[in-house]
Amino acid sequence: MPTISPALRKPLAAVSLLALLAGCQATPTAELRGTGDLGVVVERATGSLAVVDTSERRILDRVEGLGDLSHASVKFSRDARYAFVFGRDGGLSRVDLLTGEITHRVIQSGNSIGGAVSQDGSQVAVANYEPGGVKIFDSETLEEVADIPATWTDENGEEQRSKVVGLVDAPGNRFVYSLFEAGEIHLVDMHGDTPEVTRFPDIGKEPYDALIGPNGRYYIAGLFGEDGLAMLDLWHPEQGVQRILPDYGRGEERLPVYKMPHLEGWTLAGDEAWLPAVGRHEVLVADSDDWSLVDRIPVHGQPIFVMRRPDERQIWVNFAHPDNDVVQVIDTESREVVATLTPGEAVLHMEFTPKGEQAWVSARDSDRVVVYDTRTLEEITSLDSESPSGIFFTDRAHRIGL
Amino acid sequence: MLPPLNLRFALLVMVCALPLVAQAETPLSAEREAELETLLYQDCGSCHGMTLRGGLGPELPRSRMNAYSQDGLAALILHGVEGTAMPGWEGLLTEQEALWLADHLQNDNPLDE
Repeated sequence: MPTISPALRKPLAAVSLLALLAGCQATPTAELRGTGDLGVVVERATGSLAVVDTSERRILDRVEGLGDLSHASVKFSRDARYAFVFGRDGGLSRVDLLTGEITHRVIQSGNSIGGAVSQDGSQVAVANYEPGGVKIFDSETLEEVADIPATWTDENGEEQRSKVVGLVDAPGNRFVYSLFEAGEIHLVDMHGDTPEVTRFPDIGKEPYDALIGPNGRYYIAGLFGEDGLAMLDLWHPEQGVQRILPDYGRGEERLPVYKMPHLEGWTLAGDEAWLPAVGRHEVLVADSDDWSLVDRIPVHGQPIFVMRRPDERQIWVNFAHPDNDVVQVIDTESREVVATLTPGEAVLHMEFTPKGEQAWVSARDSDRVVVYDTRTLEEITSLDSESPSGIFFTDRAHRIGL
Repeated sequence: MLPPLNLRFALLVMVCALPLVAQAETPLSAEREAELETLLYQDCGSCHGMTLRGGLGPELPRSRMNAYSQDGLAALILHGVEGTAMPGWEGLLTEQEALWLADHLQNDNPLDE
């Protein structure tokens, strides 16, 4: 076995060449290493994925041929070796982080938005806009296991299909997702032989995204069509969906929303949940016991991602166009903005390293990913990347809903 | 696969077909045009897709874009579509810029289907 130096790319090419010369199948050889400090950056303009190492803070490899990644998201296999990439064009790809190889790829719909890996790691589910629904695949082979159309009955009594948003995995080998046009939450139980779907109608107007808490109990969908969020307690689904923060705008008129916020993971600090307000320059803080509104924190623009540093001491926020050239850091104790960072033009996403000592921030129009020290809030380094968007680190593999 | 233009759209287009202010301005700079192109594919692309094939918002093929007059399409961009997630962009764009985007969507649109 040839040994591979940390500089994966060139030696791999050399190995592949040798393999070809020997007349063998060119199966890339993986370096013997763990994946716990790896991650990927979606490069949306080129449809590529940069494989990154957060210990060495550098790009190890670049994987191309992933199709339209204009709104791509990534989930990881249970062994944290493979990245599942959900492309806008309906492409679902399985990428080996160690070899940089696309092991499997299927075009499973016309237009998709994201996905989730089941609790036991055996299945990967994809949320589709067109045709609206969820498809579930074997995570090793990407063979289709189930096709669940997101159907609902409109006000004229006609059956329609709805775009699916906010798909997450939940304990018990279940998936939960929301239907944008229908205003419903669906719960799919994959524990048995066939998918069992439970519908929760009338959750509110136009759920645009959703999150599930770290213990997998609460599923919360943000509503675009009205102020408020819809919450399903998965310990007590028989109680139905409860509306929370129903009037956080207090009747004030919304600003035009140039970009939909995202709800990712649970931004829980202590007993408080931190959420982006839709159409307002505010971050909302809610009491996670009774879901009352605790505070509205004024920020630089309309928040897109409201992300918690793993130790819960800081919240990092990025913003919608045209205020998308800064990131603000909020102290969770004082609830004050303590820093306004300027990583570059069009900041799209942020990701903390597993224990939170670094934050990686993508600045799409500056073609770079900036790495911050979260203690000093100083830039440590920046990496060249063409139109970077989503950043995903492998510790997500072992977290519910991420 | 074009959804039929609904009544709301049709009414909006009728109202907005009133000609926008005559364009006496100086032409847009090449730099601003490049910014508008980025805005179109990246920011409008958040909902309509970077290839304009749609997302949470509908796809924007040339045929759909040419169902509007150029003034009507520019007005739709500036004022948004009531009752949908399409915002009005008048806070960020001038009429001249909206017309440039409308022209681009109708005549330089890569999604020609």
